[in-house]
Amino acid sequence: MRSLIDIIDLTPEEIDGLINTAEDIIENPEKYNEKCRHKKLATLFFEPSTRTRLSFEAAMLELGGSVIGFSESSSSSAAKGESVSDTVRTVSCYADIIAMRHPKEGAPMIASMRSEVPIINAGDGGHNHPTQTLADLLTIKREKGRFDNLTIGFCGDLKFGRTVHSLISAMVRYENVKFVFISPQELKIPDYIKSEVLEPNKISFSETESLEEVMPELDILYMTRVQRERFFNEADYIRLKDSYVLTNEKLTPAKPDMCVLHPLPRVNEISVDVDDNPRACYFKQVRNGKYIRMALILKLLEIE
Amino acid sequence: MNIDSIRNGIVIDHIEAGKGMDIYHFLRLDELDCSVAIIKNAASRKMGKKDIIKIDSALDIDLDALGYIDPDVSVNIIENGELVRKMHVELPEKITNIIKCNNPRCITSVEQEIPHIFKLTDRSRGVYRCIYCESVPKHKM
Ligand SMILES: [Zn+2]
Repeated sequence: MRSLIDIIDLTPEEIDGLINTAEDIIENPEKYNEKCRHKKLATLFFEPSTRTRLSFEAAMLELGGSVIGFSESSSSSAAKGESVSDTVRTVSCYADIIAMRHPKEGAPMIASMRSEVPIINAGDGGHNHPTQTLADLLTIKREKGRFDNLTIGFCGDLKFGRTVHSLISAMVRYENVKFVFISPQELKIPDYIKSEVLEPNKISFSETESLEEVMPELDILYMTRVQRERFFNEADYIRLKDSYVLTNEKLTPAKPDMCVLHPLPRVNEISVDVDDNPRACYFKQVRNGKYIRMALILKLLEIE
Repeated sequence: MNIDSIRNGIVIDHIEAGKGMDIYHFLRLDELDCSVAIIKNAASRKMGKKDIIKIDSALDIDLDALGYIDPDVSVNIIENGELVRKMHVELPEKITNIIKCNNPRCITSVEQEIPHIFKLTDRSRGVYRCIYCESVPKHKM
């Protein structure tokens, strides 16, 4: 029995397998709409995240399965002080697979140690969110047709952005991938990512504060939110926030087939006029998120 | 006790000068009934100065814990007044309940029953990370 807690729990071959299944689902949806008949997914959301929960639930429903669960901890036994282990052991008596979101880092790992059924980490605090990374990977594969020989720009909050760290960990395993980190000084990529992920894998990367400068090099631009509360003072935030807002004008020098990704929800870091730009892929990413979750559910339930 | 002639016991040698007391407390040697000597700032050809701990009793030492605190120490087992075994410790791959995770966002901060487990993620730098939240402990102990 396998769980998915961290994206690097999956080998590149397993990721390829999931992507192949997801692409087959996209081509032949009718082939899959009874695959999980009589199977139940429990969505245990100890903190609310409507979009992630809906994506999991839609995925299970499209596979012909059903869904039980809760969407915030105040309506669950956790509010009465039950441990994660006990909640999960109880729920694993009812459900065939569990998608769990928890505000505390490591909670899904504890759950996977005690559960009788597969656990999918649907986000644990600021730590991991592997199904978001799978959605990113499926989008990259569908838009670019490959994972190697890509220059990927990450823009915005690279210090706290967990989706950035996970995607980096997944992408360093492919040949000739280059990273360009675009952020204000305050939100630079942490040193441990360089020393423990990038350097051991001999990945070439550069850091800059200017999005415009590097735009023409990029094959992929991964945007993230720059949040006000990450800054020490309001003045710095005001000074910097517009430098990391993507507009059609800033996209002019970009490669025509560059693709713009964003884990969503966005605040204002991608202006709405970009939505109709052919490079904008963030809504496709949402749709891909559902398909890759379908593929993941099938894999973890060992359904062919 | 004659600190030079232990009959049955353990000598922890080559402790980085100043760490002797830390190890004494960490291995809970204060709870022992037998005699324990801590020698501070002994002359060492290799290290200049070193600490040494001599324990006049054959007890099981948590070598993982010791390796975590100071991977350069050596442990000498003395039986009938003779050195029968010399062991070198090293940074253990995994340590359980030796240090606590102090990340307030970690699941271990709210659930008391969970063992605090750390994994060695970078041997050359001696970096340990919590297996749950992957954070690095702020203090070594
Ligand atoms: Zn922790």
